[in-house]
Parts: sequence; C-alpha cells; structure tokens
Amino acid sequence: MTMPDASPIWLTIKLASLTTAILFVVGTPLAWWLASTKSKLRPFVEAVTALPLVLPPTVLGFYLLLVMSPHSPLGAFWVKVSGETLTFSFTGLVFASILYSLPFMVQPLTSAFEAVGRGPIEAAASLGASPVDAFFRVVAPLSARGFVTAGVLTFAHTLGEFGVVLMVGGNIPGETRVLSIAIYDHVETLQYAEAHALSAGLLAFSFIVLLLVYTFDRKARVRVG
Amino acid sequence: MSDSDRIKKRQDGEAFALSLRVVLAEFTLELDEILTPSGVTAVFGRSGSGKTTLLRAIAGFEKPVRGRIALGDQVWFDEEAKIFEPPNRRSIGMLFQDVRLFPHLDVRANLDFAWKRRNTWTAKAGMQQNIARDEVIEALDLDIMLGRNVTSLSGGEQQRVALARTLLTSPDILLLDEPLAALDRERKAEILPYLEDVTRRFMIPTLFVSHDLDEVARLADRMMVLSEGQVQMYGETAEILERLDLEPIGGRFEAGVLVEGKVLRHDTRLHLTTVDLDGDALAIPLAEDSSVGDILRLRVRARDVALATERPAGLSIRNVLPGEITDLIRTPGSGEVEARVQLRSAHIRARLTLAAVEELGLAPGRRVFVLVKSVSLEGGR
Repeated sequence: MTMPDASPIWLTIKLASLTTAILFVVGTPLAWWLASTKSKLRPFVEAVTALPLVLPPTVLGFYLLLVMSPHSPLGAFWVKVSGETLTFSFTGLVFASILYSLPFMVQPLTSAFEAVGRGPIEAAASLGASPVDAFFRVVAPLSARGFVTAGVLTFAHTLGEFGVVLMVGGNIPGETRVLSIAIYDHVETLQYAEAHALSAGLLAFSFIVLLLVYTFDRKARVRVG
Repeated sequence: MSDSDRIKKRQDGEAFALSLRVVLAEFTLELDEILTPSGVTAVFGRSGSGKTTLLRAIAGFEKPVRGRIALGDQVWFDEEAKIFEPPNRRSIGMLFQDVRLFPHLDVRANLDFAWKRRNTWTAKAGMQQNIARDEVIEALDLDIMLGRNVTSLSGGEQQRVALARTLLTSPDILLLDEPLAALDRERKAEILPYLEDVTRRFMIPTLFVSHDLDEVARLADRMMVLSEGQVQMYGETAEILERLDLEPIGGRFEAGVLVEGKVLRHDTRLHLTTVDLDGDALAIPLAEDSSVGDILRLRVRARDVALATERPAGLSIRNVLPGEITDLIRTPGSGEVEARVQLRSAHIRARLTLAAVEELGLAPGRRVFVLVKSVSLEGGR
C-alpha cells in the first residue's frame, strides 16, 4: 500500500472544522428559534432546513453552482469584494457545506432545546435572569449532549460530502480536492491501493468518532439521571 | 423615592397594593387589593378555573389581552400605556408545582444562581428588604444538603430548596403555584411548617394557588375563590370557609368553621390538649408540637357537631359547650339544615336534619348545648 498524498486529508479536516464552527454560530440561534417560536413560519423554515436531507446532493450542488457563479448577483458581488470566484474555490466549498450540513446541526440542537422545555427557562426568568443569561447558564448546559451530537454529526457528515463538492468545487488539488473526491479519482484511474488507504482511514475515523459519541452519550444519560 | 420612604411604604402595606385588571383569552379578572406584608392570600378554585393563569399573568409568563397589573408603584403591565415588563424585570418570586430546580447544578449552585441575580430589579423597584443568605439557609434547614445533587433530594427537600432559591432574590411578592400538589401527604406535612414560617419571617406578601381547602385553611389569611375566570368570593379565609355555597366548588371539603384558641394545658396521660376559645374550653387530641400559650387554628366541621336542648348526661363526647342559635339555613333540595350557634365569643356551625330541627323546636334565639365530636388541628403560630 503506497502512502497517498496527505493534502486531501488536511483539506477535508479544515473544511469540516470550519463548517462545524460556523454552523455552531449560525445553527444555535436558528435551532433556538425553531424550538421556542409559535410563529406560523416555523414549518416553512423547518422544511427548508431539512431539504438537504432529502435532495440528491447534485440538485443542491446544481443550484448552488448557479447562485455562486460569477454571472449571478451573489457570485459577482463576491468577485468584486474578494477578487476570487465562489465556484471552484475553497470558500465556495465552505458555503456549500454549511447549507448541506445545516440539518445535522439544527435538528439535534432543536430537539435538545425542546427537551429542556419552558420550565427551567421560566424558573430562571423568575429569578431575574434575562433570556440571554438563561440561555447560557441554564439551557446550554442542559443541552450539552445535543451540542456534542450536533457538532460530531456535522463534522462527520461534512467529511463524507461528495456530490455537492463535485458540483461546485470540482477537483482542484489543495483547493477543492477533498477526501471523497480523491478517493473517487483514485478509483477512476484504477489506483485501488491509494483509494483503499484513504477509504479505510475514513472508515476507521468515522467509526471511532461515532463510538466516542455514543459512549459519552450513555455516560451523560446516567449522570443526568 | 428614597429607601426610607420605600421602607415606610412597605411597613404601611401601601407598597403592596396589588392592582389587577386582567383580560386573558379565557377570562376577565378585576381586583384592587392591598396585601398585608406578612399575609397569605389563597387563590382557590377547581382546575380550569383560571387560578394558575392568573398567577402566570402576574409573573409575566402570560400576556393579558387588556388590563393593568401593578404592585405598589411598579407597573408591570399596562395595555394602554403599552407597558409589558418581562418576568425577569418583575420583583416576583415564584414557586412552581413541578419545582424546576436546575438539574445541572447542586443545591448550593442553585441558591447562588438566585443570589447573584438578586439585584437585577433593585434599581427599578428597590423596596424589598435584602434578605440574608444565611438566614434563608437556616430557616429552611438546608445547611446539610448544600453540596448535594438536586436530583438526589426528596420531593419535599427539592421544594424547600426551590423556596429558598426564590427568597434569595428578595422578591416583593411570592407567587406559589400549587407547590404542594405533587407531594404525598407526608411530604406535604413536612413542608407546610416551612411555608408558614417563611411567609411570616420574611414578611413577603404571598399569593398561594391551591385546590386543596385543607392547605388553604392552614396557610391563608385571606382567600379568593375563582370560578370560570371570575372572582366568586373574596375575604377572610375563616369567613369564606364557613359559607355553604362553597361546597359545589370545594368538592369534598366539608362546611365548617375555623376557630383560633390558646393552648391551656396538655394531658399526656389522657392524650388531650385543652384549648381556650375565649371562654369556652375545647379538648382536642394532644397537640404535641405546641406549648401552653400557643395559638392553634382548629377546624370544626358542621357534620361533626350535634345540638342538644338540655345538657346531656352519660355521653361519650367530651366537648359540650353552651350556646345560642343565631341562624338556621335550610340547604335547598335536601332535608338538611345548617345551624349557626354563638358560643361565648367564637361561633360554630352544625349540620342537622330538618326532622330534628322540627322535633326539638329549634329556632334562632334558642339556647342549646353544642356537642363537638371531633376537631382537626390546622396549624399554629
């Protein structure tokens, strides 16, 4: 077995970490809103959030390609501010991953917040805690498991992203050539040894991460009672 | 307003003028009342009568459609002036039926959560005394459990921690939403004395929602009876508990009277305590926790009282008191009559049959002997 080029591995980890970090910031308020709103817009927003779960990645990728193309308003604006195109770039890949992995962040967080319920929040409010104070001191600690699950699922799901990347990112070494693309590439060119090394690595990594999550989950459950 | 003005207002009870005009989706409620600083007002009614909703509106968890909610000079809701203070800006202390301690924090950290936030509304209201942390911990006997995980506590212990937690914010009004409903009889008996003690000791006017008349009789000085979102009755607890028309609302609760008397002596051999009702001595089962001179609150059910026209001899009933009938009220649609009898200073109610009233020729003004079969002890102070 020959050692494959390490660059797709680092690129993938960079993409997954960045996507997860940004989704924590974006997904938490969205999940909080979904868990607590009485708005009629809620089912609409929920459906949009869940779309990446059911759509073929090529459909999402196709529309993202259109929206991010330098000929579209968003794509053109991006070229003007940053000097580079969104399509076939790492930045474009991050944008695409955020949308693609959104449900994996928002859904576990929403259920975690719903499980906490109004009770502890009302108790905190009656003790003088503002909504933000109550969120950080009561809701967030009580949703710790939800945050871990959401983070890990988002990270792991971004690792395995293929269709969307292929559509909007292509296969540019060091820029958009992530693991899944590299594996595909190796198979296409009949480099089975390299494909094997990357695939086995990804398989083992994913398994270990999930194992850790479920172990932590079980312990957390016992501790919370 | 200076602090001393506020303290004076507090002492006069003026600061606790609770003004409510609440129009919620399901009901309208109007009430202007000055709550006494150490007073407990029960909000009583069947489930669905709107009592919890009322409390939640005062706390700010429900927004009324119209109306005004104010405590003293703090306006918490005014539809016309477009004022709505969120719960965290109202100087309330709330105790929930389902306790709601924070499970990720131990007892000490639950208390600290409240303690750290005790001044969040002081700037606006500023009339509450600052309740001392140590005094609260001592009053509720929490010393030994400070380091414990709240999930390991019994239901009664949890509610004690929750009570302490809410006191530590030095609220101007305590809102108790059926805090005992989830507890069994023993746990209830364990926490009731703490509730009694705390409301008197810290001088916080209290609204106490309950559907249990025994609890109301024990804790509340005044009571408000809600039915379908309307205030049906409002007044002194003792007075309202006597009213027969309470029965359809009170359900199992028996009509009767609430009397207060002073402990005269204990007889441990016969297991009796003698209580003086301003001239009339009443023997009750030994009240072990009380000492001579204590005031006890007793409830005498109308069905446990019989009347005799002459002093009976050879009777097993120990309590025979002379009195005079003041009223006879026939219960509509039944053969029952409720008699009100004036004793030396207290009065008592008896449930009789119409047949007995006619045979004995009972009428207002008639001197009788009151035979009390049993008395229940509701509390003491």
